[in-house]
Amino acid sequence: MKKQNYLSGYVINFIACAALIVFSAVAGTLGFSVKLSTIIWQCCYFIILACSLNLVLGFLGQLSLGHCGFMAIGAYASALISLAFQRAGFYTEKSGPQFMLVLIICVIAAGLLAALVGLIVGIPALRLKGDYLAIITLGFGMIIVNVINNLPFCGMDGLSQGSASSALYQTGLGFILNQLTDYLWLPVTLMVLCVAAMFLFIRSKYGRAIRAIRDNEIAASASGLNVSYYKVLTFVFGAFFAGIAGAIFACCNSSLTTGSFSFTSSSILNSTFIVVMVVVGGMGSLTGSAVAAVGMFMLNYTIKNGKWVESLPEFLQMVFSYPMLVYSIALIIVIIFRPKGIFGTYEFSLRRFFVSIPKLPQMIKNRAAAKKEKAEVAENE
Amino acid sequence: MLKISNLNVYYGAIHALKNVSLEVNDGELVTLIGANGAGKTTTLHSISGLIKANSGTIELDGNDLQKTPANKIINLGLAHVPEGRHVFSQMTVLENLYMGAFIMNDKAKINENIEKVYAHFPRLKERSKQLAGTLSGGEQQMLATGRALMTNPKMLLMDEPSMGLSPILVGEIFSIIKELHDDGITILLVEQNAKAALSIADRAYVLETGGISMSGVASELLEDERVKKAYLGA
Repeated sequence: MKKQNYLSGYVINFIACAALIVFSAVAGTLGFSVKLSTIIWQCCYFIILACSLNLVLGFLGQLSLGHCGFMAIGAYASALISLAFQRAGFYTEKSGPQFMLVLIICVIAAGLLAALVGLIVGIPALRLKGDYLAIITLGFGMIIVNVINNLPFCGMDGLSQGSASSALYQTGLGFILNQLTDYLWLPVTLMVLCVAAMFLFIRSKYGRAIRAIRDNEIAASASGLNVSYYKVLTFVFGAFFAGIAGAIFACCNSSLTTGSFSFTSSSILNSTFIVVMVVVGGMGSLTGSAVAAVGMFMLNYTIKNGKWVESLPEFLQMVFSYPMLVYSIALIIVIIFRPKGIFGTYEFSLRRFFVSIPKLPQMIKNRAAAKKEKAEVAENE
Repeated sequence: MLKISNLNVYYGAIHALKNVSLEVNDGELVTLIGANGAGKTTTLHSISGLIKANSGTIELDGNDLQKTPANKIINLGLAHVPEGRHVFSQMTVLENLYMGAFIMNDKAKINENIEKVYAHFPRLKERSKQLAGTLSGGEQQMLATGRALMTNPKMLLMDEPSMGLSPILVGEIFSIIKELHDDGITILLVEQNAKAALSIADRAYVLETGGISMSGVASELLEDERVKKAYLGA
């Protein structure tokens, strides 16, 4: 019975993922506007970012404040590797199978390079705990921006003064306008694959191992776990997915400058902001991270572009002109009322969802009956 | 089975263990008693590789434990129940037990061992879906012990299982330790509760400010005037 549940769960999830990818692939013919496509691209990399940070922060329990650093590495790696391919004459047209191959190679290379840096940073950093680890990773996020700023690479067409925009433009990797709709399958597929991989990881024996390390390192070590190995492994995993998110970022924003990754960046793309997403969504819930990532992004987007802010009373409009203030208030409210985050450690399950639909009317009836009974008891008293 | 000779451990300038030598034979229940700060936990931690000794040897069936990393020691059949009920508080009881069997890959064997643990601790079976952090102190101690049993260890190191438990629970835990010993598991029990420990042990060592001050058959030590005065409060 239990095995059957697992199997049906896999089948349902697989169908849902496939449907999502197919839907995004035909988005161009459905007449998605460029604006909508851009939003979907951005949501995809935010979801990957928040989920990958949740591996480190929620499941492993180590505070990392430099997650955007890995994303920056992924973004620049994909831009420059595609430039290398183009200069080598591997492809000339900015479409077709060869370009597709380069695109895929760039995304994977971006992830691998970020993972490599994650390994180099993680081995010494994860010997520290709590605040000290936070400081080291914070430093890493700042250092990486400075390194990229001062790293000349292939002259003006490559990476100069922290900008790789022209490289992206030349290689065709920085998608613009209609291309964003045509290539919508790319971020959606990557997002689905990454989240699925992370989900399988945390559900595996090794996922249980890293949760055990979070709960109690001594007991984990006594159970035969190599604690530092699993810590570094998870950190590298998180960095890998952040690198992939970086590649998507590079493709989506045809301009690529270090300003977007710097710690003082006031935009939503900021390492602390990703931490906030994870905390709001629930440390230890990938569902929560995904929902919070989309929610916070949409909040940010609509405050800047939406009309609804103008319909608010003047006093609130003033508050909303400082978006950071709104986020902090939102964060404080969530922490006060739901200290474990919106979802806690709950994970959404499609199978459970489908199973519960037919039972829903019965559940509502039961609840109504209970309420009525309560009211009657109160009346009698 | 376990042989420690001339073990010296320093914490900075503090000489925590001074030439400690002790031996645990196959199938024995040996207890190590002593006051706070005598070095009991330090001894256990150096056996299980959590701290490195400065000099001396620790051998388990001829294997040098000093050269074995902490996470490999369990593969040699030595399980450690840490002090203060270290359970994985955000995980269910069942998941805690699965974690105990982390080094095993045989699923059928793991399930068999879970049934075995449940037979020893029926209370854990009732609470298998409950988060370990919500268990009572005694139940957490049972869980920590059960988790250590998941790998079928030849030898068990127990660090103050009675700490912070009510007298009734202490009795319960000690009768379980006795039960495990009767099943043929070799046990090294570290305790402050000298009376209870001496009454179930075969042999005992008394640790005093980092050195072994007395050793012998447990029932004799229980009658010893000096032990009585120092540890039994009589």
